[in-house]
Amino acid sequence: MAVRTLVVWCPDWEVVATALPPTSAVAVLSGGRVLACSGPARAEGVEVGLRRRQAESRCPALVVVDHDPGGDARAFEPVVNAVASFTPRVEVTRAGMCSVATRGPSRYFGGDAVLAAKVAEAVDGVLGRAGACGVGVADGPFAAEQAARLGRGIVPRGASAAFLAPLPAATLASVVPGATPLADLWGRLGIVTLGDLAALPPAAVIARFGPDGAAAHRLARGLDERPLAARTPPPDLTVSAELDPPVESVETAAFVAKSLADGFCARLGELGLAATCVGIEAETEHGERLSRIWRHSGGLSAAALAQRVRWQLEGWLSDGSNGRNAGVTGVPTAGITLLRLVADEIGPDRGSQAGFWGGDSAGAERAARALARLQGMLGPESVAIAVVEGARGPAERTRLVPWGDAVPGTSAARPKVRQVPPWPGGLPPPAPASVHPRPPAAEVVDAIGLPVGVTGRGGPTGAPSRLAVAGGPWADVAAWAGPWPFDERWWDPPAHRRRARWQVVTTTGTAYLLVVESGHWSVEATYD
Amino acid sequence: MTPAPSAVHPAAHATLRPDLAEVADRARPVVPAGERLLPVLPALRPLLPEEGLRRGSVVAVVGSTSLMLAVVAAASASGSWCAGVTVGRPSLHPEAASELGVALERFPLVAALPGTRPGGWSWVVASLLDAVDVVAGWPAGRVRGADARRLAARGRERGSVLVVAGAGWTEAVDVRLTVVGSTWEGIGRGHALLLARRVEVASTGRGAATRERRRVLWLPDNEGGVVDGGVAGALAPGNLAPGNLAPGNLVPERQAPTRRAEPMPAGAAG
Repeated sequence: MAVRTLVVWCPDWEVVATALPPTSAVAVLSGGRVLACSGPARAEGVEVGLRRRQAESRCPALVVVDHDPGGDARAFEPVVNAVASFTPRVEVTRAGMCSVATRGPSRYFGGDAVLAAKVAEAVDGVLGRAGACGVGVADGPFAAEQAARLGRGIVPRGASAAFLAPLPAATLASVVPGATPLADLWGRLGIVTLGDLAALPPAAVIARFGPDGAAAHRLARGLDERPLAARTPPPDLTVSAELDPPVESVETAAFVAKSLADGFCARLGELGLAATCVGIEAETEHGERLSRIWRHSGGLSAAALAQRVRWQLEGWLSDGSNGRNAGVTGVPTAGITLLRLVADEIGPDRGSQAGFWGGDSAGAERAARALARLQGMLGPESVAIAVVEGARGPAERTRLVPWGDAVPGTSAARPKVRQVPPWPGGLPPPAPASVHPRPPAAEVVDAIGLPVGVTGRGGPTGAPSRLAVAGGPWADVAAWAGPWPFDERWWDPPAHRRRARWQVVTTTGTAYLLVVESGHWSVEATYD
Repeated sequence: MTPAPSAVHPAAHATLRPDLAEVADRARPVVPAGERLLPVLPALRPLLPEEGLRRGSVVAVVGSTSLMLAVVAAASASGSWCAGVTVGRPSLHPEAASELGVALERFPLVAALPGTRPGGWSWVVASLLDAVDVVAGWPAGRVRGADARRLAARGRERGSVLVVAGAGWTEAVDVRLTVVGSTWEGIGRGHALLLARRVEVASTGRGAATRERRRVLWLPDNEGGVVDGGVAGALAPGNLAPGNLAPGNLVPERQAPTRRAEPMPAGAAG
């Protein structure tokens, strides 16, 4: 059953929002075409969809204004407020149109007709002229909108389908996004009015016209496309505690944190939610604000959350010399006056399933606690699980996922099932054991002391004979292979790199993975 | 009337028991906490006095990152939690660890701060020794004697193993594994690829490990595993060692090492 709805519709809202006098010929343009025009302009022959030049040729006195969606919405706010004085649950469909469910207000004000008259009067008062809006009441927002567009109409209860039946099928195009091409098709099939469409069997409509057609069909029958979503405030999932006097010691703050975490988790539990990302915020007496986000893919229990708050406080309060803290958040110089827990990311609480073969054993929990604690001291990026991925270079083949984040490609039930498919152009195993984050420079020369490079055809300019790493002593080359040219991201000029990789073994038995890029050698990795 | 299918003849128990034991062994991912030894790869057993990592011991590995990962690999694969602690961003390549058998999902990497204050390397290692079975640590420089003794005592108390890399650990250790030589197979002068490596490892220590042991290891062999290559010196360089190393994959010219005139590739003359 469609919800009895009242729709307030202000015609040509884009024009009204410009605040130009209603007697002048005004057209609002968007993307070079007329989006809306005032009554006098329409009388001169200006139509929606015309190009600027066409519109100006039809009406030389036309005032052309660019469309300003933000301005439309701002200008509409007083209208919404006027409607909200009757009932607080106003749904703004777009700037220029809003709707309310009439069940409560109609009973209070004495019927739909009285309510519609009062709303129209209030909106006219806001807009400063009579007849500035249309108000319609019907079963469902679509029928109510049509009633509003046709004047101030009250469609009796249960008569929406009959009211809609004579309207052209193309009216649906403004409501159902995919109905514009369908309306064209319906015209050719002989379905001219909404009544023709409503007479078709629903199963046949969805089979022939798909979901858009089915939605249009529901509307044509006077049913809701979707129930009216009244604006209800989102649940406030922030808990905070003011500390008076200010707290300087970790113990005292942790005590408060415990009750705070209990309250936070109880609130989430009532809603059946789990927070996968919790922000811990603190304010100090001197007005400093500290915050850090804690993430845990499985959701945090009250005890675990309290523990994390405690670690975080330890990190903030106990160690002022910690360079990392100083750089990121600033070290508090005074006691903490406010402690706040904010749910940053929430999801349904699905619980966590322990592994059958002791996958979630006591050892894993012990390790997880210690790692989370280290994360509090060192920062979230400092503790990571490595994931092997497909790429060419060894450095790109692994990614460090911060501890607590969901590791992609694995699930709690089958954590080990993760195979990296073969990657064309990648180096075959064995993988080097050390990949240098900042590759040291190297020098490679051939037997007569000339630097070795790569020819235009991807061959070596000479056989490497001696190698020096980072300006160190020369070592004789025992064996070498390469070069393997890599022309990467050639379609993206800033990221384009042309490199060649070599494997070089010195007579001491150390093997290096060297990279040469525009004549400069560096040690990408060491097989040590 | 046939007997119920569940009735197994008592004599069959004797034959079934080893099978059952094997299944139970395979299905058990976690080493019981009371067990004194953590497993090592079979190839490393001759190098360690107790053929495993004794809980509470300190093992130093000098000269090879992959040997260090190999020491950790079997314990990690059998379900123990291990952790790698580096100073700053790690240069350790996790893919190499995973090729040697380390279970990456139980091998968190911690980037510690330099120094010994909270957050420093020693501090991080100490807090992880409480929590995981094996800590693999790469200190930035020399570890101070007092810190080293404190960490060793912490490991002994908590029954966890500290595997420490490099020569920075000057205090006494239970076992010290040193790579004394390494040769690569498979790569030629301008052709083929790195394929397998033979390393000679010397093991010294205290207690049962006082006598020096030397073994040759294939680290890795041409299938990525770690295979015992016999007693050091028993094999002349270039001889074929493990059976799974196909002769065709080896490049015999390794024996004649450097300084041989190579035909220059095209375009390189001058």
